[in-house]
Amino acid sequence: MAIQAQQARPGHLVSYPRFLWRSLVMATDGSLAFYAWMTMLTAVALVGANAWANQVVDGMIVTNMTDHVSWGLYIANFTFMVGVAAGGVMMVIPGYLYRNKEMHDVVIIGELLAIAAIVMCLLFVTVDLGRPDRFWHLIPGLGRFNFPISMLTWDVIVLNGYLLLNLHICGYLLYIRYLGKKPEPRWYVPFVMISIVWAVSIHTVTAFLFSGLGGRPFWKSALLAPQFLASAFVAGPAFLILTMFVLRRVGVAISDRPIQLLVQIIRVTVLINLLMLGSKLFTEFYAGGSYTKHTTYLFFGWEGHNALVPWIWTAIALNLIAAVLFLLPAAMRSARVVAIACVLAFVGLWIEKGMGLIVPGFVPSTLSEMVEYVPNLTEWQVSAGIWAFGLMIYTVALKIAIPIMRGEERFIPPAESDPAETIHDPPADQPHAGEAPVTDQTQADPPESDSGGESGRGP
Amino acid sequence: MSDSDKRTISLPVLGEVSRRTALKAGGATLGLAAFAAAVSPLAGLRGRLSAQELMQRHYKELSADDKAKIFERLENEAKERYGADVKIKDPKAIPGVRYGYAINLSVCNGNGACMEACHRENNHDRSTNQSYIRVFEMPIGTTDFKHGDSTYTHDVPREGKYYLPVQCFQCENPPCVDVCPVEATWQEEDGIVVVDYNWCIGCRYCQAACPYHARRFNWKEPQIPAEEVNPDQGYLSNRIRPAGVVEKCHFCLHRTREGRQPACLEACPTGARIFGNLLDPESEIRTVLRTKRVFVLKEELGARPTLFYFFD
Repeated sequence: MAIQAQQARPGHLVSYPRFLWRSLVMATDGSLAFYAWMTMLTAVALVGANAWANQVVDGMIVTNMTDHVSWGLYIANFTFMVGVAAGGVMMVIPGYLYRNKEMHDVVIIGELLAIAAIVMCLLFVTVDLGRPDRFWHLIPGLGRFNFPISMLTWDVIVLNGYLLLNLHICGYLLYIRYLGKKPEPRWYVPFVMISIVWAVSIHTVTAFLFSGLGGRPFWKSALLAPQFLASAFVAGPAFLILTMFVLRRVGVAISDRPIQLLVQIIRVTVLINLLMLGSKLFTEFYAGGSYTKHTTYLFFGWEGHNALVPWIWTAIALNLIAAVLFLLPAAMRSARVVAIACVLAFVGLWIEKGMGLIVPGFVPSTLSEMVEYVPNLTEWQVSAGIWAFGLMIYTVALKIAIPIMRGEERFIPPAESDPAETIHDPPADQPHAGEAPVTDQTQADPPESDSGGESGRGP
Repeated sequence: MSDSDKRTISLPVLGEVSRRTALKAGGATLGLAAFAAAVSPLAGLRGRLSAQELMQRHYKELSADDKAKIFERLENEAKERYGADVKIKDPKAIPGVRYGYAINLSVCNGNGACMEACHRENNHDRSTNQSYIRVFEMPIGTTDFKHGDSTYTHDVPREGKYYLPVQCFQCENPPCVDVCPVEATWQEEDGIVVVDYNWCIGCRYCQAACPYHARRFNWKEPQIPAEEVNPDQGYLSNRIRPAGVVEKCHFCLHRTREGRQPACLEACPTGARIFGNLLDPESEIRTVLRTKRVFVLKEELGARPTLFYFFD
């Protein structure tokens, strides 16, 4: 073992930096359309960064939030994005648990989405902080971590844990693929299994953030966590389908099967989500009572205050139309029908789980005062900036991952040395001497059977 | 790759580089510069955020020495920014004391003197007319806040109305304390729920958790004319708060722990307010709890307020 490790070390010392370097090159190489896309995203992200900088300096008075509605668009986006991050697991489960080959080939698209979405979540929380300079108070060991009492500390743990899990899984698979080797299951399969449970936990904990508040009847519902999960398993897969459509457009061959499987998953989850919505509405409205005032405000307005009414009915309409489209037989054949359904569902759930969930929890206030909330320009700018940044991460990650998973980008050991000679000769004084033990290790690199990306379906 | 990759250009320092690499480097430089420009407003924080403040530990981890230095720094800041000579102290909870408050709704006439006194005593922002107390004008015949109004400006009392002052109830089982992720708010031995304004990260989870709308967030830096700053300040109570943190009623602990009454009680012209030690069987508040028709708001939530209402 020790000898092996010694031999392997100089190899990784060469190949890992090379991997990082090639990743950087791949991430920045592309067509004119790619550069235009990235430039556009950069511009939007910078507008957001600028708006946030002003918010930090002038105070959160520059937002439309108040003591009455103390969380707004930022936390709405945060909640929704936790769902999108969790939704990626709907590729992981078929890909790994059910060993669905087609899904397995593209599962990294879902894992990378989780990474980008979690980064966005963390940013949305950060921009919502009144004192981002005191961020370190939240770091266990450095600050004072109110664990396990505060659900927010649970969220810190599960979100960062989910980020690390997916970074490890993706990082390991990509690096090993880059080396042209077959990934060793023990280095990633256990993490994948943990990540499946973890994905459920991130959205459950996020729901508990709200449903654990006894003074907020709008959220204090046992249905909240299941509802979060159901909607996440619509919005996440919908975004992944759209991503795969875009990837096809830019020349990446993706078969119909994983898309069809995701559509089938959505066919179930979209109905569960609607069922739970209906159940909640019945429970709220049939008997009525003073706790119904939030839902009444959301759907019908309250004493002449209607700010959220157009939002929620738009969401309901979008979700219903999307559900019908997904359930049409045509959804299995027509990319157009699926694409439209995905966009409608994604936007519909963004409203329902965002503005439609956070704001009415505060309106009317705990003492029944009527203070409404609509996000202002600063909040839209900051939010758009974070979305743009998240899309940049996702774009770049896919740009790196897809060629590697398809075997189009491979580590080429520096040519001058003959790998076979270096095995018994670890050069003590020149660790960077160019030999690449990666290729001498026992495993050859056949374009292998079951664990990865490159099985090339014809374009 | 394509031909353009192989085309090279000559740069003064770097020598020959591929055109694409040069373009990328240029793009990255431009991007960084644009980012620096975008976040340049942050330079406005310079001078407002000292290293000591950034690194300051939680209140409970501070030694007497640390506290002395911090209080001095805060006093200097008050001088610099507000032009006021203030004295910051840190009175401790008195052993054997558990504060309680009771408000006589039969007497309260909604004159609002308590709100105003709180506003001045606690160095609230003048422009927003902030106060920890709000008085609801309620129609006789209901306790549903839906029919209440906390924004009235007309003369009081009005026929057919009664008045209900609301502030922090210093719950025995405070939901706001549980949710705080960084322990920036806690309950003291005498029952008062306090906030370390230099530790709060401003996530506002406590505002969401409070069933009584008792907590306030500093959406901006408070503005107070120098001559109106109350110089008698407690570290955990009425010192001038920084922007971006949550604050709340603290039963005027800088007064009450020194044997004085809360400012709102002192200001009340009707005698509706009774403040005292719940652990002292002889106290007036205990007499009220024993003999009057007492209730608390939203008792069913189980937060167990220690501010009570009663009718004669």
